[in-house]
Amino acid sequence: MFINVSNNLPRDISGCGISGFINTNGRRSSGRACVDSICMMRDRGNGLGAGFAVYGAYPEFRNYYAIHIIYQDNKAREETEEYLSTKLSIVQRGGIPTKKTKNIQSRPLFFVYFGKPRAQSDVAEIDEFREDQEDEFIVRLAMKINENIKGAYVISSGKNLGVFKGIGFPEDIAEMFMIDDYKGYCWIAHNRYPTNTPGWWGGAHPFSVLDWSVVHNGEISSYGINKRYLEMFKYNLNLKTDTEVISYLLDLLVRRHGLSLKEAALAFAPPFWTQIEKMNTDQKNKIEKIRRIYGSAMLNGPFAILVGFKGGLMGLSDRIKLRPLVVGQKGDTTYMASEESAIVGVVKELDRIWSPNAGEPVIAKLKPAVSARLFGKSNKTVRV
Amino acid sequence: MKTIDANKLYYKILNDQIHDAVDSGYRNIAINNVYGQYYIGDGLMQPVKIDINGIPGNDLGIFMDGPSIYVHGDAQDGIGNTMSGGKIVIDGNAGDVLGYSMRGGRIYVRGNVGYRTCIHMKSYKDDFPIVIIGGRTGEFAGEYMAGGVLVILDLFSEINTYDCNFIGAGMHGGIIIVRGKVNSDSLGREVKVTSLLQEDLLQIKEYLFEYCQELNINYNNVMKSRFTKIISATNRPYKNLYIDGFLH
Repeated sequence: MFINVSNNLPRDISGCGISGFINTNGRRSSGRACVDSICMMRDRGNGLGAGFAVYGAYPEFRNYYAIHIIYQDNKAREETEEYLSTKLSIVQRGGIPTKKTKNIQSRPLFFVYFGKPRAQSDVAEIDEFREDQEDEFIVRLAMKINENIKGAYVISSGKNLGVFKGIGFPEDIAEMFMIDDYKGYCWIAHNRYPTNTPGWWGGAHPFSVLDWSVVHNGEISSYGINKRYLEMFKYNLNLKTDTEVISYLLDLLVRRHGLSLKEAALAFAPPFWTQIEKMNTDQKNKIEKIRRIYGSAMLNGPFAILVGFKGGLMGLSDRIKLRPLVVGQKGDTTYMASEESAIVGVVKELDRIWSPNAGEPVIAKLKPAVSARLFGKSNKTVRV
Repeated sequence: MKTIDANKLYYKILNDQIHDAVDSGYRNIAINNVYGQYYIGDGLMQPVKIDINGIPGNDLGIFMDGPSIYVHGDAQDGIGNTMSGGKIVIDGNAGDVLGYSMRGGRIYVRGNVGYRTCIHMKSYKDDFPIVIIGGRTGEFAGEYMAGGVLVILDLFSEINTYDCNFIGAGMHGGIIIVRGKVNSDSLGREVKVTSLLQEDLLQIKEYLFEYCQELNINYNNVMKSRFTKIISATNRPYKNLYIDGFLH
């Protein structure tokens, strides 16, 4: 949004910026507001990563998984497509539309495939890829590609969801992917300032698997513990950035283990033992259980995250609030961002604006009728 | 009177314009359409009055020593970072780490503030920072505080007992004054509650009066209540982390 910006900063402000919003009536809007919002916090990044996740991006293919993949070269693409053709029935495929952008000199190839798992041909394959467990099938497929095919990375794999990300400032990435042309009912965006992991195309945020997408400001000091824990459940971490663990932990805890989103938030940012001591017995038992069972899923270190999920948007900060998070509400739209200015700069006359407490998840959910319309009545959404 | 339209103005350009205006003799500056520009008022030493319409960005009033800044609305994080003198009045809520390493001057906030208010605030000789919050603070208020006064008025809640975890965690100097009682579970390990002395009240009375005037709050109503004083239990809480006899 700011113009005439010089790249010659006297001081690196840094810190990463996150922003997102959801319309709980499922009304889709262009990415403009989201781009403007994240660009108001331009100085929180340094041009080494930005990205957007759009829920509601592909209504015409909403019953198919939209697999977004980046390729280093055509060889990686050919190899991946050959592999994909044995695993998926693909109804539509193509390059993700991009446009030449002055500030982006080199870039990988971007492709999208809309498809469903296809029946496996031999027993060994069936054992690994069960067609009837569609979601699990897609997660395994993404893991296999990321791990085994050189120069190919699955960027997102949800339904009606697209992730667009890369190296650049948010306005560059938005321009390159023509983000204004997409419409979504929920948007999340990130402006990156990488601190201890490389700035590369796959390491930009959002991180996404199935319908989960995560943008993150902070650093996960517990990355090693979280990674080893996830590996026990066959998640392979190949994207070289701490945030990757959050999307897989959500998939494990909520989709596979059936925790509610709030319970997962408790595992990520549990109260201190001294605080647990003061709780009533029911609360205490529940939290003690979560801390005992999911100790390895706790996210240590400073973080503020936005999580897009099937049917909603969640904001969460670490338990001692080492990173900022602000939430605004206007009518049926909920906004979340690192800075208040990034909300009031794009929407006037909010009904309410506040900073949630440390470790307190803020969840905005699509209305049930909207959920039923978008996902079908039998297709269950995430339990909050 | 100088008016600056900050709409879509990059923070560095905005701050250059403010400095230019002050250097060319303006003593009243109004800045409109402020949306998150950082460092407004940075390092200014002159007694200028700056009115901010919109929402100023992080580190408002950083290093400043003299100006009076009025924010007509909310403000963000890090207000008064390492500020030495002057005054910031916020007619709304403010974010985390307000008064971070502040060493002099006053910050007055009508509403609530975020986490770690007055972290590392300090005083030295005549430099004595005062922060008065009309609403509530987030957790860790006065963390590692070494000097000055933080006053929490909690004017908008119905409950008379202030409850907010880790007040004064790691604090080793200065005072925190809370209107009403304080839940003892809320205190950090390094602080204790003592009775408020007449001299403490005298020390802050003129500032409370100024606070009430600036923000149009009834002073007599505020003073009717009882206050709780929180100070560090020892002036060297981390003594056991060092080996006696060594120079540090």
